[in-house]
This record gives sequence, structure tokens and C-alpha cells, in this order.
Amino acid sequence: MERSSRDYVLWTIAITLVVIFALIPVLWLISISLKPPEALTDQRFIPSEVSFDNYKSLFEGGIDDSPFIKPLINSIGIALITTAISIVLASFCAYAIARLDFPGKRVILAGALAIAMFPPISTVGPLFDMWRTLGLYDTWLGLIIPYLTFSLPLAIYVLVAFFREIPWELEQAAQVDGATPFQAFTKVIVPLAAPGVFTAAILVFIFCWNDFLFAISLTSSDASRTVPAALAFFTGESSFTAPTGSIAAAAVVVTVPIIIFVLIFQRRIVAGLTAGAVKG
Amino acid sequence: MTVNAPANPAPQKAAPAGASSRTRSERKLGWMLCAPAVIAMLLVTAYPIVYAVILSLQDVDLRFPDEGGFVGLSNYTAVLSSDLWWTDFFNTVLIMVISVAIELVLGMAIALVMYRAIFGRGVVRTSVLIPYGIITVVAAFAWQFAFSPETGFVNNLPLIPDEKDWFGGRFSSFAVIIMAEVWKTTPFMALLLLAGLVTIDSQLYEAARVDGATAWQRFTRITLPLMKPAILVALLFRTLDAFRVFDTIFIMTRGALDTESVSILGYNQLISRLNLGLGSAVSVLIFLCVFLIAFIFVRGFGTKLEEGRPGG
Repeated sequence: MERSSRDYVLWTIAITLVVIFALIPVLWLISISLKPPEALTDQRFIPSEVSFDNYKSLFEGGIDDSPFIKPLINSIGIALITTAISIVLASFCAYAIARLDFPGKRVILAGALAIAMFPPISTVGPLFDMWRTLGLYDTWLGLIIPYLTFSLPLAIYVLVAFFREIPWELEQAAQVDGATPFQAFTKVIVPLAAPGVFTAAILVFIFCWNDFLFAISLTSSDASRTVPAALAFFTGESSFTAPTGSIAAAAVVVTVPIIIFVLIFQRRIVAGLTAGAVKG
Repeated sequence: MTVNAPANPAPQKAAPAGASSRTRSERKLGWMLCAPAVIAMLLVTAYPIVYAVILSLQDVDLRFPDEGGFVGLSNYTAVLSSDLWWTDFFNTVLIMVISVAIELVLGMAIALVMYRAIFGRGVVRTSVLIPYGIITVVAAFAWQFAFSPETGFVNNLPLIPDEKDWFGGRFSSFAVIIMAEVWKTTPFMALLLLAGLVTIDSQLYEAARVDGATAWQRFTRITLPLMKPAILVALLFRTLDAFRVFDTIFIMTRGALDTESVSILGYNQLISRLNLGLGSAVSVLIFLCVFLIAFIFVRGFGTKLEEGRPGG
């Protein structure tokens, strides 16, 4: 088929629409975050003057008084710890499912799928009650545990899909050379599996980073409140000013690094999302 | 390999015994490797859901800790006979059906653009991943600020009344909530559909073209039937996800003006009012709804779903 110039025009329009659709909210947040308070209601998409006061106010007062620094630390810390544990546990499990033959692995996969579909709100009440009794309410661990549970199915599915692609013979070759099954795993399979593991880690991190329901239900203070929960409880400088500007600035701070990260690793994320296909 | 094999390996035991001990050790290793993940998954799902069922049969209100006791199904009758539950249930299903329907059409369009574009595929894939990477709460704020009559730019656009108060009415609030949900989750839908699209043999299209089929005929007669498994998987996951809608509504309206979803109702009862009995009844009902949706999908399209799982 010949490519007519009409085709190019149509595709350009289609692609432009998709790009605009994806970018508008992000550009809009950046725009609001740069507007000085008096220009906030000018309804302009592109700010007429630029001010960084909203960003300064986020970090004002250092770690103790800033409304943003502690939640940011909590978010990063909780997401990183959960990702590390989740990936280790999921790697063991996915390795066993992809490589070993044992009864019950179909049940485990089906169970993981069921948990991916499980409504988190159904566990919030019991967890709230149990965490208060156990002293886990409003702690990092209190969030890490549910995040671990709900990220494991995603990690297991992504990793099983990747592990099934790894050349099986290499592991046997290592075992023929005298390596134990464990050595064959750590010395041969792990390096081959690293890209898949990294992909799963990105997806799990984004999952923890995104959570809101557990973050507002199981925390009550800056001791463990993560950024999404903190944003919902942001207040203005005084009770008469809306926190719109600072929310927008905080939103930009937590969004831009993730976007850059996602763009750098887009191929892996696309592969992982379609392989995992259990969580949006 | 640096590991030296023993120069003279021990003679193999009788073959059947060796094989079965190998199988046994493989089995044991398999279970050992899976156990931690399985325990971690059950810890926060199986036990709490059982606990939720127990709580839902009791009168547990943390504001009145001295009262309480077994009350049978009265929490369930209280929830199911209240207008609030049915309003919220209607809202949830409405948001779920409309947003998933829009996402399917839009996701399919974007998947086709990504698949068939003669240039710029990378640009499309890149920009489509942006909504995926953004926190749902952040996206909800972005759209809320955009539609707000004070700060927003939407009311300045042509064809939209300047004074429209989007969050002042129930259904206009739904429109914004659905818009934000669609924006955030369409990329996931598009990527799942794209995964199904690439498995279709392109020779089929060539043959159809030779036979004189139009683009629309090729889409409805080849693409759609062959993509049925992928579409069903995408629909299942997005439907279940949409039924749990919480973040966007919490940020935009907090459930004001009858815009609550069932998840918001559960949260309000459990966390805001500390009524664990009633709240747990709501939680268990939500669990049953999700179970029912999954059951219908799996029963109705079981084998198709199996085919459509790219990783499974």
C-alpha cells in the first residue's frame, strides 16, 4: 500500500490527540504549582508569571515543621522496603513455579490471582482493629505488611512469565558441573533473571507509591503517613487560604521523578504490565 | 565452572529409588520456596476476611467499647435495608460500567494507533505510560483543579458554560470522576489490548484485503473475534478494579451530594465512625460483589480467559 499524505495527516492527528490526552493533567499541575497565589484564579493554562513560592513552602521549617518532607521520606522508605521484601519472596516462589515440578503450584497461581482481585477495603476494618491491638497502627510496618500482600501476586505473575523464558538447559548444565540446585539458582539463573526482576521491582514500587486506601486508614500522623495520604490532609498557610498551590507543587515533586523513571524504563514496564496483567 | 566434580562420582543408587528421592527433594524445595510468599499473601487476606465476617456479626462500635456482643445478621439487614447502601451501590455500578465502556473503546483506539501507526509509535507508547506512573490521588487533584470553577481552565474552553459548577451536582461530579478514572487507567487497558493485537497473524489482513474487505470489515470480522480472549481479560481486571473505586471520589467530593461509592461507605463506617460491626458488614458485602463479578466472568468465559492470559 502506498502511504498517501492523507495517511500522514490522519496519523499525526491521532498521535497528537493521544499525546495531549496523556499530558494535559501533568502540564496543568506544573502550571498551577508555578502560579503565585494572586494569579491562582486567573484560569489561564499557561501562567502569566512564574513563582517558586509553592515549592519553597513545602520544604519550609525543615524536617519537623514541613508538611511534606516526612511523608516523602515515609513514602520512599515504605515503598523501597516493601519492594525489596516482595521481590525476594516472589523470586523464590516464581522460580519454584517456573522451574520445579511439585503439586500445588497451580493452586498457588490461582490463589495469587484471587488476591489480585481481592478488594482491599474488605481487609481495612480487621487490619485497623488488629494493628491497634498489636501496636502496628501508624507505623511503617503496619503499611509494609498489607502492601507486601497485595504486591506479591503482581510480582509473582511478572516473574513467572520472565522466568519461563530463561533457557532451562543452562541450569541443568550447572548442576551437571556439580552445582547444587541453590547454586544453580544464584549463579546462573539470577543473572539471567535480573531484567525481569528489575521490571517486577518497578511495578511493585509504583503500586506501593500509589496506594491511598491503606495509607489513610492505617496511619494517623506524620510518623508513617505517605504522600498520597498527606496530600489529602494538606491545609493552607492559614485557615483562609486553600492549599491548592502547595498540593500542586507537592504533586509535581512526587510525579516528575516517577515519570522520568517510567520513560527511561518504558520497554520493561510495557513488557511487565502485559506479562503480569493482574493490576492496573 | 569453578566447582570441580568429584573425580569418581559415587555410584548411582537403583534408578527408581534415586528418581523418587529426587522428585521428593524437588517437591520439598518447591514448597519451601513458595511458603514465605504464600504465608505473606494469606496473612492480610484470608485471616482478615474471616475476622471481618466475625466482626460483621457483632455489635462493635469503638466509640462505645463496653457495648457489643453477637447480633447475628442484624448488621447486614441494617445495611441492606438502608437507602445509603443502594444509592452507593448504584453509583459504584454506574461509574464502573461507564468508565470501563469508555476505556475499552478508547483503549482499543490507542492500541490500534500503537500497533498500526506508520510513525511515532514510541511517542505514543511513552505518553501513554505517563498516566500509569502518576499517583491516582495526584491525578484526581489535577482534574479537580482543572474543573474547579475558581482555579480551572475547563470552564474557559469553548462550548462549556463559564459558570458551570461541576462539583455542585451529582451527575456532573460523576462526569469528572469518570473522566479522571478513564484517564488514569486507559493506558493499562490499551497495553493489554495491544498484547492481544500483536498475536494476530498479519496474513489474515492481507487475505481479507485481497478479497476486498473494508477497514471496518477487517476490524469487526478479524480483529475483534481473535482478540476476544485479550478483551475479556482486560475487561475482567478493569471491572473489578473499577468496582473498588475510592481514591478519586475521596479527593474530589468525599462522597458529598450522593456521590459515594461502596468503598467510601465502608471507609466512613470503619475509620471515620469506628463502627466496626456495620463497616465489616459493608466490607463483606463488597467482597461478595467482587467475588460474584469474578465468578460471572470466569464461568461465562472461563476457557477464553485462560487463552487471554499473556503470562499465565
